[in-house]
Amino acid sequence: MTNKTEIIRDLSNRKLNVTRAFNAPVEKVWRAWTEAGQLDKWWAPKPWRAITKNMNFTPGGFWLYCMAGPNGEKAWCRVDFHTIEEGQSFTATASFCDEDGNIDASFPPMHWDNRFRSTATGAEVEVSVSFDSDEDLEKIVAMGFKEGFTMALGNLDELLEK
Amino acid sequence: MRRDIFQAIADPTRRAILALLAIHAMTPNALAEHFNTSRQAVSKHIQILAECEAVTQKQSGREIYYQVNAHKMKEVDKWLDTFRKIWEDRFDQLDDVLKDL
Repeated sequence: MTNKTEIIRDLSNRKLNVTRAFNAPVEKVWRAWTEAGQLDKWWAPKPWRAITKNMNFTPGGFWLYCMAGPNGEKAWCRVDFHTIEEGQSFTATASFCDEDGNIDASFPPMHWDNRFRSTATGAEVEVSVSFDSDEDLEKIVAMGFKEGFTMALGNLDELLEK
Repeated sequence: MRRDIFQAIADPTRRAILALLAIHAMTPNALAEHFNTSRQAVSKHIQILAECEAVTQKQSGREIYYQVNAHKMKEVDKWLDTFRKIWEDRFDQLDDVLKDL
């Protein structure tokens, strides 16, 4: 059985909360989120692949990776880690960048606050995605998801048709 | 600048206007009474909402009433659907990774 992904939108606070349960111990879920080798296996929705160039999972460190498409397209992303509570939570900022990690300031940054907890059946992860300003939300929604992400993840227009 | 529905909801005043119009159609003057800002500022927001097609107007006698364009507002839901789909796909893949960990 697939666990349901819950999304609560709080657009007045420029925030989206994503919650999902996993039938695995929280230690494993934590590893899958914080080790490059594991992230590369699941982070990019198929047929895209996430390929890590380097990752330093420490406060002040960052993860530099690209989303590689089936036709050789590459979209580079970088995630800067701020706070880490081992096994429980971490905060980070995600940006688009070039292959050397130079941030593309024309894409508004997205902030994550990821929380992991143990449950009776395994683990639950809560991802809170937020934006700096209304303008940023406007931009990321208008271009970040519709075009930037669509560009990064292939043509989702078909998906939207459904 | 391109106008789209996301621009309509990006501003707090415009969200408040949409929330008011969701209850019933209103004239610009009636709307302005709900805000502390100038009538011109409210007019400007209504104009942007109209350009984004978030609201439509209808004439009733000498008055112009604005109402929410429900069809257009669905675009926000579509965006959220895309957001949801990306995360769902990811998490399904994560389920597989966790099996092997």
